[in-house]
Formats: sequence, structure tokens, C-alpha cells
Amino acid sequence: MTDAANPPEGTNPLTPVLTRRWLSPRSWTLHTYEQLEGYSALRTALSAHPDQLIELVKAAGLRGRGGAGFPAGVKWGFMPKEPSKPHYLVINADEGEPGTCKDVPLMMADPHSLIEGCVIAAYAMRAHHCMIYVRGEALHCVRRLHQAVREAYESGYLGRDILGSGFDLDVVVHAGAGAYICGEETALLDSLEGKRGQPRLKPPFPAQAGLYACPTTVNNVETIASVPYVVNGGSDWFRTMGREKSPGPKIYSLSGHVENPGQYEAPLGTTLRELLELAGGMKDGVPLKFWTPGGSSTPLLTADHLDVPLDFEGATEAGTMLGTTALMIFNETVSVPWAVMKWTQFYEHESCGKCTPCREGCFWLAQVLERMVDGRGTEEDIDTLLDVCDNILGRSFCALGDGAVSPITSGIKYFRDEFLALCERNRSTETADTALVGAAR
Amino acid sequence: MTVAPETDTPPVPEGYVRLTVDGRRIDAPKGELIIRTAERMGVVIPRFCDHPLLDPAGACRQCLVEVEVNGKAMPKPQASCTMTVADGMVVRTQHTSPAADKAQQGIMELLLINHPLDCPICDKGGECPLQNQALKHGRSESRFRDTKRTFAKPIPITSQVLLDRERCVLCQRCTRFAKQVAGDPFIEMLERGALQQVGTAEHHSGQSYFSGNTIQICPVGALTSTAYRFRSRPFDLVSTPGVCEHCASGCSQRTDWRRGKVMRRLAGEDPEVNEEWNCDKGRFAFRYATATDRFTRPLVRDRSSGELREASWTEALRTAADGLVTARDARGVGVLPGGRVTMEDAYAYSKFARMALGTNDIDHRARVHSDEELEFLSSTVVGTAPDAGGVTYADLENAPAVLCAAFEPEEESPIVFLRLRKAARKHTRVFHLGQWNSPGVEKTVAVAGAGGPLHSGDLLPCPPGGEAAALDELPAEADEALRQPGAVLVLGERAAHVTGLHSAAVRLARRTGARIAWVPRRAGERGAIEAGTTPTLLPGGRMVTDSRARADIERAWGLKPTMLPDTPGRDTGGILAATASGELSGLLVGGVDPDDLPDPALARRALERADFVVSLEMRPTVATERADVVLPIAPTVEKSGTFLNWEGRAREFAVTIESTGSLPDCRVLDTLAVEMDVDLFTQTPAAVAGELERLGSHDGRRPQPPDVPASPAAEPGPGQVLLATWHQLLDNGSLQDSEPHLAGTARPTAARLSARTAQEFGVRTGQHVTVGAAGGTVTVEAEVVDMPDRTVWLPTNSGPSKVDRELGVGHGALVDLAADVPAPPGAAPASPDPSRPDNPAGPAVQEGTAPTGSRRAGDSGGSHSEGSRA
Repeated sequence: MTDAANPPEGTNPLTPVLTRRWLSPRSWTLHTYEQLEGYSALRTALSAHPDQLIELVKAAGLRGRGGAGFPAGVKWGFMPKEPSKPHYLVINADEGEPGTCKDVPLMMADPHSLIEGCVIAAYAMRAHHCMIYVRGEALHCVRRLHQAVREAYESGYLGRDILGSGFDLDVVVHAGAGAYICGEETALLDSLEGKRGQPRLKPPFPAQAGLYACPTTVNNVETIASVPYVVNGGSDWFRTMGREKSPGPKIYSLSGHVENPGQYEAPLGTTLRELLELAGGMKDGVPLKFWTPGGSSTPLLTADHLDVPLDFEGATEAGTMLGTTALMIFNETVSVPWAVMKWTQFYEHESCGKCTPCREGCFWLAQVLERMVDGRGTEEDIDTLLDVCDNILGRSFCALGDGAVSPITSGIKYFRDEFLALCERNRSTETADTALVGAAR
Repeated sequence: MTVAPETDTPPVPEGYVRLTVDGRRIDAPKGELIIRTAERMGVVIPRFCDHPLLDPAGACRQCLVEVEVNGKAMPKPQASCTMTVADGMVVRTQHTSPAADKAQQGIMELLLINHPLDCPICDKGGECPLQNQALKHGRSESRFRDTKRTFAKPIPITSQVLLDRERCVLCQRCTRFAKQVAGDPFIEMLERGALQQVGTAEHHSGQSYFSGNTIQICPVGALTSTAYRFRSRPFDLVSTPGVCEHCASGCSQRTDWRRGKVMRRLAGEDPEVNEEWNCDKGRFAFRYATATDRFTRPLVRDRSSGELREASWTEALRTAADGLVTARDARGVGVLPGGRVTMEDAYAYSKFARMALGTNDIDHRARVHSDEELEFLSSTVVGTAPDAGGVTYADLENAPAVLCAAFEPEEESPIVFLRLRKAARKHTRVFHLGQWNSPGVEKTVAVAGAGGPLHSGDLLPCPPGGEAAALDELPAEADEALRQPGAVLVLGERAAHVTGLHSAAVRLARRTGARIAWVPRRAGERGAIEAGTTPTLLPGGRMVTDSRARADIERAWGLKPTMLPDTPGRDTGGILAATASGELSGLLVGGVDPDDLPDPALARRALERADFVVSLEMRPTVATERADVVLPIAPTVEKSGTFLNWEGRAREFAVTIESTGSLPDCRVLDTLAVEMDVDLFTQTPAAVAGELERLGSHDGRRPQPPDVPASPAAEPGPGQVLLATWHQLLDNGSLQDSEPHLAGTARPTAARLSARTAQEFGVRTGQHVTVGAAGGTVTVEAEVVDMPDRTVWLPTNSGPSKVDRELGVGHGALVDLAADVPAPPGAAPASPDPSRPDNPAGPAVQEGTAPTGSRRAGDSGGSHSEGSRA
């Protein structure tokens, strides 16, 4: 397996680990999964001590794939060692970041890898309950997960005394109701508890008091699905991919103006230039104008950033974030202010409303951008946008507000001329009184 | 405050951390929020969602400051209302950090973009935290050029609270108050993003006794009261501190008035008592004092017509004095001051009875009472106070366990309820010896924790009347809990219904070490005991049978030795019985409504039979119909005085509305006594207070507490059940007259019974039942709850359920129960508000005299519902 998954450097930029079964016939069934080494890691894991598994994941350097990149092993280590209350493992499958499409395809094509990862992770953190919180809109995916969980129960991979180890685990698949904020881990926990999804005050952190005030770890789908491979392949193998601080493979989701959009699993640190080659280049050869490295919440980049290594450090150095490695690629036909407006409308719609900066700020930003795109902007609006963004960034309760301003600040940073051009029309008219620009026409 | 001088560095006290705020060093207790530490130093950080009595939320982000921890600056400004202090922390507020200042200005600008800025027409304008802080910490001009969010306005949250959503800054203070403090989540946050708004909760009846507090803690004008909305501007009002007259909680309050008229009342701040809260009754029930039927001039019964006519004070006092002297010299006069008097007024009654009427026949207890209770009050309650061994609010909050017996805190003393709930949310185990899991019981035994409800205590069910026996044999769990140091047993005034309950309480206290608190309902009860308006006690807890104690009083009152009567007098029941049988000639009646007495029929007979009746009243009562002289007296707002709350804490208040010409009871009694050639020296409450002070409390012997064996609950015969009953906070009480919006938040009137009893008597929830006793019947809707079998619970004085008046029996009595003939299908009684189908009970039907199970009661129910369904 190691050889197949890790061809010599340079021969194939792809590293199909999580995606290696995706093209197999009926890849989502237990039968296929078992034939392709499925649940072999589970047997290994259940024979180990839970702490050994936490150490293994730490050694492998597996970092959270949900966007923040927090080391998974360290997170697991926060869970109390001696359970006095039930422990919970919660899988964040509420994939809602614009442009992101890695978890849903993974769960569609290979749901058992997630379930196997869940059992191993739950065993490591002494949890006997695991909840998979899936985005409700992905109904097909919810059904497939339900089916996979049922198969796993029937074959003894879930339930009482798993594989004779004495370890019990119940998995619940829960469909969300379509709120972006529920991808924020504490809002997700509130939602799971049946409340309105709004982020919680931290501390206490979920590892102390999460779901039902019990120790809880929330992990992304891709993170947990990576775990069986780490168990089977070992930390050294895992570290042969990617870079020192960001090891392992990663599913890059390419969308937009590329010839072959889709998921490309490559080592962390792969550049957009390499990924574009894999994807057959820009669609119809129209040149690249701007792109997001990891969904709309990560500051956008331009054609100047084709060689930025796409891992956690590389993205940060380039002034952006790796996020969910959702690469939305836009060619020269797309107006940056327009795209930024659309994204801002998304954040305005999805802001949970709890804190002032995000709730009111997104409401304001969206209106200003809509007006600018409509040709009624003024130069002053650009300053206002930037200053309002500054008043949101780092002031909001959770990271939603930070994400909401990313497209605007980065858009104006690289494409200020386009915003200015939109103000031209207004500048030439005689009624360009800035105090009245918002007045109904 | 512990700002250390810069030069020396004293050690950090145990449990404290040392930090720097705006360059000044300060020691703060571990766990304190930065915003509070700053506040103690006089550094005010603007805020909206933060409230010291609510859990931190961090929602408004107005209080952002720059923070350095371990020598490293945190990359983002931090909300000072959610971050706790740490050793070596460096905090820079808007005063010293441009970044914090900009962050705060930015938040303020964002808060205002969707705010209507309708300050000129907003009730909050002039006292608005948003207005004030925007002027202080905001930009003078907004850069917002676009369209504001608008909402239809206003939404009624309850019948007395209205919501203008566009003014709301979504700080969640109101929803957090409702959920955390009151335990009534009747409002919730709805929707999301800029459309997020406060709305009525989906799975809640909407009922809360504390909803008015949400108006007061709203930092903008989003929540207003139906009664006050658009009535006046804050800067046109005069604010006078006062004390609530409605119950024995003793809430500090602020009365806002202008041109001689009270416009609104607010909760005052008193951390020792009501913290910052009050109940809706205290907040909204004040218009009784301006009711059109208030007496403004004395009335004298015309000898020829037999009708009351207005008279001069001179004539009325002369007539009253003559009549009282005649009655006194005949067979004597009994004095019933009622439980709502101030301590000063009570003292005047006490002195008047002894000096002018020469009797100990005085009792302020216009409610159920017993000799055992009097012994309990004289031995265990009188003389206790926060500084004299009495249980306090703080003791309740810090107690490891509290047991409430014959006491329904939410209905009888709502601030005690709030404190018990606060305690339960921390660590206190609250037990209730009662009949059913009433809302108040539920909210103190199961409180919402972070991960779901936490059980902090339990209901210990017992049959009504069986409380004493139950107290003697508590479940081990409760018994052990009460053995922990600091545990408290709270006894309500209803205990007087149960023979042996006061004694059992004393026995329990001896057995477990728990301390006893006695919580009466009325504001004047506790002070009246100290003032000597009981048949066995003189002022200061001095026994009438104690010659030394009598001598004290004789000296103080300038009486010749042995002038004070030395035998215990009659209590309320005794006075009424004696008057009814002709053993007493006259009655001096204060604020007593005969219908509040345990036997209203007896009271009526007594009034009928008495040769001479003087009534000191504000508004007509049953006593007025028979009074020979009616002397008008001042409502609380027009006089000064002192209430002792249940703790024994003196709650003094000054005159709020001056120069109305109305007189306090003590002044009227003083003048009346002068007419009888007796000098009371009670012209003013201040003079009385001085005399009380000089008199001091009695340090002589106290009587032994009662030791009456517990009697078991009565055994219901066929067709019979035991009656459990207590007052609801909002009911037919006359001090709640003229308050329709307040009345809208009263609990629905319903009879409660267990499923088995319901089955036995063929009753379903929503159907009417008739409860009957010797005095008559009460017919109300039934609701099945979890409670002991063969028991029915009725509110004592709500809607048609006037237990004292209609049934003439009380808590623990045997009553007849019968299901009413079912109303035809489709004519089932509807809830008062069709939009709230989960309302626990609909309107009740009054059927005073119908025979049990009569057809008329059913018909009446049908026609009522027809009306409300139309």
C-alpha cells in the first residue's frame, strides 16, 4: 500500500490516499471497502493503547483539515484521560464554505473510511458516542452515510464490543438545517443539542465542556478519514508527503474556470501552477485573474501567486490562509467587485447575528458593494469599506466576521482600480453628493 | 478598591492577581472580569450586553480593550466582559489605547447603522445607555448612506411589555434575564444575521411574573411597558426612592412621578435584598392609589338616612371618639389593623388599643392564624433581624440546602424565589414540601445548566394538612441535606392552616441545626409583630403577661403602673367571634378586607352585630358598608414609614408625593385618641420611629416555642378530597385594581388534581370541576398534574376561585369534588389567547352558589367559551 500511495518523488504529483478507492465500482459499499484494506487499521488500533494512538497521530503531524490546521493529536490529547462524564466525538461534516467540496465527495465515495476513522479516534479519546453532523442540503450524502453506518453496525464495526475488543461505539448521523455558522464547532454543538446554532463563549473549550457540557472533540471529516491511513502506514510514511510542518496528502478542490474541475489529492505544499497542470489548465485558455486558496473566507490571490506552496505556512506567508483548500479559479472575464459582492451577500445571509460587528457589518458591506456594482459608488465608499472591514476583523465573536472581510480587503488590495472604475460613472454626474448616494432613485 | 501606590509593592493577597489597567496597578480577585476590575478603579468601559447579574455573553463587542498576557500583546482586542483577569496582565482601555478606542467607535457606529435614532419620540430618550454611550464613545457622524433595516412595530411580548424590534441592539440581556434569572424563557432570539430579533418563544406560555425587568435592563428603547409607553419623558419625572408595599420581600424601588401622579415604578438597587430586580406586581401595580373610588374625606353614617355622608374631620373624629368610648365602656372594642400597615402605623394601633381602648384585643393577622403561630412568632420570629441572628437573603443564597414548607416562594415572595433560583443555579439544593410541581417549584429544583437541566433539589409531596407529619419524618436525603451547616427551613404564613407545623419546624431545626425563616405575604406583617399588634405582645416583643415588660412600656408611655391590661387579648378570630356574639361592642378596622379572612361570613356577622365600627381605609370594602365612621388614610406613596421585610430588615421610605392632604394611620389615630383624651404622640411616622428607637427591643425572656404534636392530614371520605390552596401573586387583590395590562400576565385560574383523582371523579383536563364546602362552591377548569391523590388545588383568590369567601375553608380542609356536566363538543372552553394553545388553562367560570355538578355551571362554561371564540 505504501508504495502504491507514495510513488517516487516527481513521477506523479498526485498522492491518492483518501481518494484511492473513489473510482472503484460501488466504492461506498462495505464490501468494496473491505476488499481494499478497509477496517484493517481498526483491528490494529483496537489492539493498541488509546494513548499510543494519540501519540501516533501527534507524530504523524496530522493537522485539522477543516481550515484552521490545529494538530489533531494535540486536540485529542486535551480530552480527559479518566472519564468522569461521557466523552463525545463529533464529526464536522457541515461543509458550507463557498467553493468547498471535499468532505461531501469523500462521504459519498468512501463513507466507511470516515466511519473507521471515527471508531479509531473515539477509541483513542475514550468516547462511546460519535455524532456526524452533516450538512442537511447534502441529502444524498446523508442517506449514504446512514447506509454505511447501518452496514458497519451489522458487521460489528460499530455497536457493542467492536471486533471483540470490548470497545463500544454508537454513531449518530445528524443532518443540519442549513446554516453556515453551524460549521463553527461550538455553534455546531449548540445545534446538535437542538438549540439555535450560535457560537459559544470559550472557555470552556469543547474538550472541557462541549456537547451536553461533556468533554468533546470536534474534527473535520477529512481529518478523521485520514486516521486509518496513518494507523496503517505509520507516521513516517505520512510524513513522506507534504512539508515539514504540514505533512500528509490533501484533497484540493478546483472549481471555476479550469478545464477539468474536481478533487485532486496531492501532498500539502503543492502549488496552483502544478494543480492547474493536473486540471488541464485554464478553461479555453483564458488567463487567470484571481483565485481563492481555501474558500471565500481566505483572502484571494492573483496570477502572481501561482507558485505559492499551498500548505498552512505557505498560504500564511502569502498573506492568505489555506482554509479548506477550495480553489475557486476566476479568469479575466470576471469582475472582482461583483464576485466580492456575491461573497459578501453570502456572509450577510449567513451571519448568525450574535455579535454586532459581523451582523451589522456584513449588512452594511453588502449594501455598499451592491450600490457600487450598480454604479452608484463613490471613492469614499472604498475607504468606508476598508475601515468597516477593519472594524469587523478581529472584533467579531467568532471567525465568521474575519472570513467575511477577507474577500473585500484582498479584493481592494489587488484590484482597487476595478472598484475605482465603478465609481467613475457616479463621479461624472452632478448629483455626486456622497451624503445622498444611498438615497432611493 | 485596592490601588497600590507605585512606590511599594505589597504582596498580592491570597486569591488575588495583580494586573495593570491603563497604567495603574490593581489587585483583583481571581476570576473577576476585566470590565468589573476596571469599574472598581473608576474606569468605565462602554457596554451593552454585559450585566453583572447575568452570565457573560460577549455579544455586543462594545467593551473591547487591548490586553497583554505574559508580556505578549494579544493580536485582537478582547471583550472585557468575558475575559477574566490574570496575574501580570496589562489592560489598555479606550483611555490609553488608540486601538481599543477605534474598536469601540467602530462597534458603536455599527450598532447605530440599523438603529432608527428616533430618540425624540422614544421612551428611553434621556436615560438611554445607547444614547449616552454613543455621545461619549461614538462618532458624531455616521458614514452609513444606505437603507436601514425596519420592522413592523411594536410587537406585544406580553400584555404589558411591547417590543420595537428596530431599536433593539440584540444584546440578549432580556432573553438571558428571562432564561437565567426568572427561569421563564418567554422570549427568545429568532432568525439570524441582520434579521435576528427578539420574539416570543415557541414552547412557552408567555407567562412570567418578572417580565417588567426586561424593560429596565434593556439598554435601548426596544422594550417598553404598555402602561408607561409614550406617557412621559424621563427628564420630566421626579425620581424618589421607596420600598414596595406589596409583599414582605422588601424590594427597594424607584418611583417616577410628576404633577402629583406616579407614572411608573422601577426596581431599586439593593444587593442585600432585591439586587436589581422586582416583580411585575411591584413594578406595575400602583394605580390603586389614584382609583376614582378612593376616599378623600371622612364619612359619617347619617342617623336618619342610615347612609354614609361626607363629613368634616372634626365631626368624624368627634363621632368616632364618642362611639368608641361608648363601645369601650360597654363591652369593649377589638382592633384589626390589617397586615399592610407600616411599622409606625402598627405601633399607633398597638398604642391606641392599649391606651385609648384599654384592651389587648388587637390582631393584625387578617388571614389564617392560630395560637400555635402566635407562640411561634413570639418565641422564634420577633426580634430577629439581619444583625440579630435572622436568616437573610444572603444566607439563602449561600445555604447548602433550603427547605420550603407551606410556602410557595414565586407566588408569595417573588424575590425570595429569585434568590432561591440564583442559589440553585450555583450549588444550593432546594426542597419544597408541598403538593405539586408548580412552576415556582420546578424552576428552583431543576435549573438549566450548560448541558441541560440540572436537578438541584426536589419536591417532597405530602397531602395538604400533612405538612407537620411530613416534616417530622423527612426523607433521608432532605434530612441529611438540612444537617449541613447553613441550611435553612423557610416557613410560609400558610403554616397556620396546619396544626403542629410550627412546632414541627422548631423540632426539625433542633434536630438538624437548620435555621428557620418565616416569610409572610404582606409587607406589614413582620413590622406589626414588632410593633405589638398581636394579643400577646407589646412593642419590641414584650409579653403582655410579663410584668417587667409591661412596666417598661408603662414608663415609656407615661402610664401609671398596672394601667396596661395584663391578660392576653383575643386574636382576629376571637375578636370577630366575640363581636358576632355580642361579647364585644365595637370594632376599629384598618386595612382589612373581610373576604381575606379565614371566615368571611363570621366577619360579616361581626360587622353586622357590632354597635359601633370605625374603618380606617383608602377605598370601599365590605367593612365600609357597616362602618359608622370611615376615616380616609394615605396610601404608601403619600406617606413615610418603615416596613420590616421577612428578614426583619428595616426598609424606611420617605414621602414620595407630598402635600396631598392625606394622613397616615398613625396621625389619624393620634388625633382620634386626643378626642378620647389620650395622648399617643404618634403625630408623624418620624415621631413614632423615634419612640420605637428609644424603646428598643426587649431583652427579657422569650416564651418557649410551641410543641404541638403533628396531626396527620384528614382522611377524605367518599366524594371528598383534601383542599390545597395558596394565593397566586397576581390575583383579585385590591391593590392590583385598575391594572388591566398587569392582570393579563396572571396565571390562568385552574383546579389541579392528580390523574388518578381525575379518573376517579371522571374529570379531564380542560373540563370544569366544582369544589364544594359548607360555605358554598367554586367551579373552575381542571388541570391534571402530578400531585398526591385525593387532593385538589385551588388558587386562593383568583378569578372565581375565592376560596375563603366561597368555600369558607382553607388549606388542608376536606371538600367535595364533582366533575361538571361536560360541555357539548366544540364548545370546549377556549384559552384566553387562541394563539397560545398550550396555555395551561383557559378562563375559569364563576359559579358561586350552584349546587355541585349542576347544569348551570356547565352551561355557563359553554357560553363563556362561545364569547371568547367568536
